[in-house]
Amino acid sequence: MPPLLSVKNLKTYFFMDEGIVKAVDGVTFDVRAGQVFGIVGESGCGKSVTMKAILRIVEPPGRIVKGEILLNSQSAHNGNRVIDLAQLDANGKEMRAIRGAEIALIPQEPMAAFSPVHTVGDQVIEAIMLHQPVNKREARQIARQMFADVGIPMPEQRLDEYAWQLSGGLRQRAIIAMALSCNPRLLIADEPTTAVDVTTQAQVLRLLRRLQEERNSAIIFITHDLGVIAQMAEYVMVMYLGLVMEQGPVDDIFHAPKHPYTQALLRSIPSMDSTPRVNLPTISGSIPHPFNKPRGCPFHPRCPKSMPGKCDVRVPALQAVAENQSVSCFLYHDAEVAE
Amino acid sequence: MTNANSTPLLQVKHLKKYFPIRKGFFRRTVGYVRAVDDVSFFINEGETLGLVGESGCGKTTASRCILRAHAPTSGEMLFRTKDGQTVDLAKLKRGELRPLRRQMQMIFQDPYGSLNPRMTLFDIVGEPLLVHGMTNRKERTERVAELLQLVGLRPEYMQRFPHAFSGGQRQRIGIARALSVNPRLVVADEPVSALDVSVQAQILNLMLDLQKRLNLTYLFVAHNLSVVKHICDRVAVMYVGKLVEMATTEELYRAPKHPYTAALMAAVPVADPRIKTGNVELKGEVPSPAKPPPGCYFHPRCEYAVALCRTQPPEFREITPGHFVACHRADELKLPGIV
Repeated sequence: MPPLLSVKNLKTYFFMDEGIVKAVDGVTFDVRAGQVFGIVGESGCGKSVTMKAILRIVEPPGRIVKGEILLNSQSAHNGNRVIDLAQLDANGKEMRAIRGAEIALIPQEPMAAFSPVHTVGDQVIEAIMLHQPVNKREARQIARQMFADVGIPMPEQRLDEYAWQLSGGLRQRAIIAMALSCNPRLLIADEPTTAVDVTTQAQVLRLLRRLQEERNSAIIFITHDLGVIAQMAEYVMVMYLGLVMEQGPVDDIFHAPKHPYTQALLRSIPSMDSTPRVNLPTISGSIPHPFNKPRGCPFHPRCPKSMPGKCDVRVPALQAVAENQSVSCFLYHDAEVAE
Repeated sequence: MTNANSTPLLQVKHLKKYFPIRKGFFRRTVGYVRAVDDVSFFINEGETLGLVGESGCGKTTASRCILRAHAPTSGEMLFRTKDGQTVDLAKLKRGELRPLRRQMQMIFQDPYGSLNPRMTLFDIVGEPLLVHGMTNRKERTERVAELLQLVGLRPEYMQRFPHAFSGGQRQRIGIARALSVNPRLVVADEPVSALDVSVQAQILNLMLDLQKRLNLTYLFVAHNLSVVKHICDRVAVMYVGKLVEMATTEELYRAPKHPYTAALMAAVPVADPRIKTGNVELKGEVPSPAKPPPGCYFHPRCEYAVALCRTQPPEFREITPGHFVACHRADELKLPGIV
């Protein structure tokens, strides 16, 4: 069975007056049905742009310059076939039938995601009516049921409230209800808990885990929080400056990381059981500005194992080093990215 | 680290900060938001006290009251000055406060919003010096160069503007500015929460290093419990304007006595897929500080609540030396900690 989503050598560039920002520069991964696929990375690594490219909502001056985004579509509108989303018209009928129905998004900022002048109920009902052949009464029934499913108390009353009347936790639940209202097979959660507190975060993560198990939908979970990834994902992809550094099953990424960047990242976080008040191992330097990305492997200026003459000249390709685990680093293989 | 015999550098007693809620044409006061509601704690010289809690719990308001960025509604804030006198910061007038401000400085959360984009590093770091009477430009230049070096930036950067620096470097600039007037107490309000994971560790290390070298006292306001555990000697936990628990870091994390502290710790996702966290869920929402529930503010969400908790607010008392808690059942409860 083909994977639900297969991204192949995706490149998304932003053409600015000052130059070209290669936000996503050759990213390849597969998401299987029912899988929780985690993408971790720091700011500027291209994790959000990857998500936007899949949904085809990259704003100009950005555009997809290369690559395939193959969705194994199973919908009333598009039928059962593999569609290359990168080839579709971003505003065309086909893409609009996929966006929201087959692939739904849980955005980072629930306040910004809802319109302040429409009730949350109206907004969820609108999404349902757009994708399902139901009338307004039935749509409201579905919305009410969704609100109840995500654990919003008094769902009937909440439907008629505005986003600003809800607390952060409820707003995040309402967004999840909206994203799930059309039974998407793929859910993209872009930092869904970054804007909320730890106790709310725990509630939201638990909810997502329960819903994912019940509905068996796949989730692409984007975050910079390694704790959240460890708890949520089955398979993890680590990104840095537009490239995939490493990908593998969650246990291998956390217990047998191969790439020096993954290793350094895991060491640098203060954990609940690390020795207090002792200097943490750090990654030297800072993330380069996207306009002056280093030549060769993007991580080489900060890498303790950088090999001069190799890492600063050639870009390593993503190669399998173990079953299911692949790394783009010359320490493990000699394959480079073909220009 | 904590020395029970030394007089604390800062002693906060029954601090209250109420913000009026005004309504109607005459802006009549119809109620109060009890942002900080009878909070007492102390900080010894050279130690780091962590102030943790969820958003809206009043931790930022409390820290701003100490710096007199807010005028407290009532309470005492006894500060031991450089020459050994003890003054009450809450009672001082503007003019009297000014010389004391040299001894208390602040590091802000947002490294982007807290630096004026039109000022050079020299102007930013040198401004507190100018305000406090160092009018000689040459002297100031030398001092700024020294400070930049202290925080790990090159003195040649002095004439540059903040936009040329990354988030981590900007936070270093903010730290240099705070340290320019040789403060003794530094209030750091979420100093690393806006930074990338790989940069967080660098700033935490810098703060620990500077503390050792300059004998600084930190009030570290944060919501990230792993970071707090790493950097703090003692931790105070706030909930809806009140302190619920205060103890040494080791004791608080090993054997929390307040159910809220335990719930907060259980909610932190651990960066290890083999340890499953988030199974204990804190139900419900944080109450509004304008309309707190009767009795213990935490009782509606507390699984250990008894009849007494619903009517009688618990007293913030010392149950073992140095361990303060506001819970009626603190003596009988056995709560799980970490490690």
